[in-house]
Amino acid sequence: MMDGFAGKAVFIDIGALEDIPRLGARSVKTALGDIAVFRNGQDELFALRDACPHKQGVLSQGIVHGRSVTCPLHGWVISLATGQAEGLDEGCTQRFAVKQEDGRVYLSLGHAA
Amino acid sequence: MNMIADMRQKLVVVGNGMAGMRTVEEILQRAPGKFEITVFGAEPQPNYDRIMLSPLLAGDKSFAQIVLNSHEWYAQNQIRLIAGEAVVAVDTAAKLVTGAAGTQVHYDVLLLATGSDPFVLPLPGVARPGVMTFRSVADVEQMLGIAAPGKKAVVIGGGLLGLEAAHGLNLRGMEVSVVHLMPTLMERQLDASAAHLLAKKLTERGMAIYTEAHTECFEGEGEDGPVSAVRLKDGTRLAADLVVMAVGIRPNVTLAKASGLVCGRGVLVDAAMRTSDPAVFAIGECIEFDKQCFGLVAPIWDMAKVAADHICEVAQSAFVPVATGTRLKVSGIEMFSAGAFAGDGTTEDVVLRDAARGVYKRLVLRGDVLVGVVCFGDARDAGWYFELLRSGAPVGELRETMIFGPVAASGGAEDSLALLADSAEICGCNGVSKGSICQAIATHGLTSVDDVRARTKASASCGSCTGLVEGLLKLSLGESYAAQTQKPMCKCTGHGHDEVRRRIKAAGLKSIPDVMQALEWRTPDGCGACRPALNFYLIAAWPGEYVDDAQSRFVNERMHANIQKDGTYSVVPRMWGGTTSAKELRAIADVVDKFNIPEVKVTGGQRIDMLGVRKEDLQAVWRDLNAAGLVSGHAYGKALRTVKTCVGSEWCRFGVQDSTAMGIALEKTTWGSWHPHKVKLAVSGCPRNCAEATIKDFGVVATEAGWDLHVGGNGGIKVRATELLCKVTTEAEVMEYCCAFLQLYRMEARYLERTAPWLERVGLKYVQERIVENAPLRKQLFADFLYAQKFMQDDPWAQQAAEPKASPKFNAMAELV
Repeated sequence: MMDGFAGKAVFIDIGALEDIPRLGARSVKTALGDIAVFRNGQDELFALRDACPHKQGVLSQGIVHGRSVTCPLHGWVISLATGQAEGLDEGCTQRFAVKQEDGRVYLSLGHAA
Repeated sequence: MNMIADMRQKLVVVGNGMAGMRTVEEILQRAPGKFEITVFGAEPQPNYDRIMLSPLLAGDKSFAQIVLNSHEWYAQNQIRLIAGEAVVAVDTAAKLVTGAAGTQVHYDVLLLATGSDPFVLPLPGVARPGVMTFRSVADVEQMLGIAAPGKKAVVIGGGLLGLEAAHGLNLRGMEVSVVHLMPTLMERQLDASAAHLLAKKLTERGMAIYTEAHTECFEGEGEDGPVSAVRLKDGTRLAADLVVMAVGIRPNVTLAKASGLVCGRGVLVDAAMRTSDPAVFAIGECIEFDKQCFGLVAPIWDMAKVAADHICEVAQSAFVPVATGTRLKVSGIEMFSAGAFAGDGTTEDVVLRDAARGVYKRLVLRGDVLVGVVCFGDARDAGWYFELLRSGAPVGELRETMIFGPVAASGGAEDSLALLADSAEICGCNGVSKGSICQAIATHGLTSVDDVRARTKASASCGSCTGLVEGLLKLSLGESYAAQTQKPMCKCTGHGHDEVRRRIKAAGLKSIPDVMQALEWRTPDGCGACRPALNFYLIAAWPGEYVDDAQSRFVNERMHANIQKDGTYSVVPRMWGGTTSAKELRAIADVVDKFNIPEVKVTGGQRIDMLGVRKEDLQAVWRDLNAAGLVSGHAYGKALRTVKTCVGSEWCRFGVQDSTAMGIALEKTTWGSWHPHKVKLAVSGCPRNCAEATIKDFGVVATEAGWDLHVGGNGGIKVRATELLCKVTTEAEVMEYCCAFLQLYRMEARYLERTAPWLERVGLKYVQERIVENAPLRKQLFADFLYAQKFMQDDPWAQQAAEPKASPKFNAMAELV
């Protein structure tokens, strides 16, 4: 269950998997603010609000490794799977549902209509 | 006493050389006191190391240094040495040996170790004074009687022995020509490619090499005047004061034949080293076994053991000829070959050529087994290859990396280390075997690589076997071995920065996945700390080859701009030496207006900073700045940032040198270079130092006499003033020293270590020894820096601006608003 919604999710096609570099991320502009969509070395996808829980650093510009991203501002490491800060840091950023089908990436922002 | 003496068997050894004496040593070990031993030697000296004749000729060693068994040794072991008297007859029926001076000795067991004779070409003039062979101390003394700087020597025979003679004479200052019958040098040890490199190297060292050259005669005055020239069949005439014939050897069987022993090319022996007469053994270069004759020491040492077993009647061992390798060092060129190095239709080759280093390696595989090796220019790994070849074990996964040596293969090679024989060479530089390292670890309680280095010298020279030494420590100490002497880079690895850098270079690792694979990274793709470090180490190690990995770059270096706390960027164009123009300033002003850039500020490094540029505008901003000739200032990178200058002698009444021009020249040469951390330069035109050069990574301060070069300063949290590296006089020197310093720093400092802590860690003296005192190294570093710069001085802004407008890097993937 993701944090940003409850109930049946609506997924929106946001582009092709190739549009996101492996071990990288892209941001998506939404009414809820920017959302970072990450692609790791195993081609798993994750989506987090594009702001570090520490000082709102742009997570989509961080370095992606394993199932984590290192924030570019102060080096906090955020779990892509949970949105929680790892190590000794504390904080959490909002998660969103994201999936891929036939090479397309689908992002869900909230409730079904 | 006499009763006891009479009870001992009488052993007579004919030949006081390496083979005979090694057998005697083996006999003394097995059955001390069993034999009353008499040794006949044709040469007047005690046993010496014939392999060391070339260093003796070259003057690298004295005779005393190459003696293997001194007169005292013979006395201590109660051996009667009859030196200088050749044996002329053996009566096998009466078991009696007769020497040239009439000495007669009875034997119960006779050992023939008469060795070999150099082959002498039966050509006209061969008896002229000055024509000689290269086989004994007497030959060397004769050569040294003639050798003198500027005199001419012709060596006939481009094999191992001939080239060693040529090298020795070359070192004595003679003009040396080598005449070789075959198309390539050392055809029995080297393949054509290696031989070609060898010929090139020897030519560089001043030797003249003639291949496919047939000697016709030796010229000189009259019938028997000293040699003055060598004439070849094609009419070439080579002037010569000295001719050394080294065209091969043949077993010395004269005595054996005359004594009625069965001989082929050599004295025929069985696998127990026994001749056709059961009381007579033979060993060494004089024998023939299984249609083979032998000229290298390794099989002869094996023969000595077998012969001793049978002479002492302690074991029924059998001599089995095994593959031998040839290791040679001529003029500092290391060579090694072993096995079926020429290959054939059933073999495959793995080849490495490094033209710049003059290195050539060829591994010959039949199926999955290594059957031949040639190493030229770098034989550090020869011992490892040889063990692999000798073991005949399948190479399996080693195949992919083995050409780079054991270090490359050592990721997961601990098992193969355990299987390695004690005699296997671990450190090629210092000739240290696995056995001696393990013994030192056990005997002296060593616990670290440094301990092993100090005690055994293993891995103390080039360090390429450090991984193997660590492996042996692990094998010996098990769990209690604490590997890291240096802090690991990060949680992804147990290796420290220095070790990672060393192995990238040593094992030829050329991508981040390669490094992680070979160094057994614990995470699938590293972390935010190690990936940028590895990316930099690879850029530094392989200029022009490594392709920068954008995903391993910190955001600023990926975006070529500085991220600000609100996610916007700052843009700083380069201003060479802090100079600008109306055109540039106008372009900056226009860009600020056009893109509504909220703030413009002058930086501490004499640049203009445009703050608050939106990511989406970056490409367009750069395009406009590029149009006015402005390029990336790299204010965002672990890179050469700025060269700050004062106005200098052009304008200032105190200035003594043109610091602005010097600064611009430095910046034009060094911009675009990536470093472990940011690097800042400054040039002041007089000792008043208005450019604040003494808190820069490399600071230049003009004096009346020239320039003072300062290093290792920075502002920042912990201010550190520079230390004086040296004083130079010309602008060219400033450039050379600066680039050499930056190169040393780039190649040796740890990622994110600025010059100040680096300098504190290694010490100013370390840097001075390399940059100031060692001119060849400084020039090499300078050349390396310039080489790397060829691939770096490409304006990243121009590259990015040229990308399509909707480049994913600068734009949202989607807008769902």
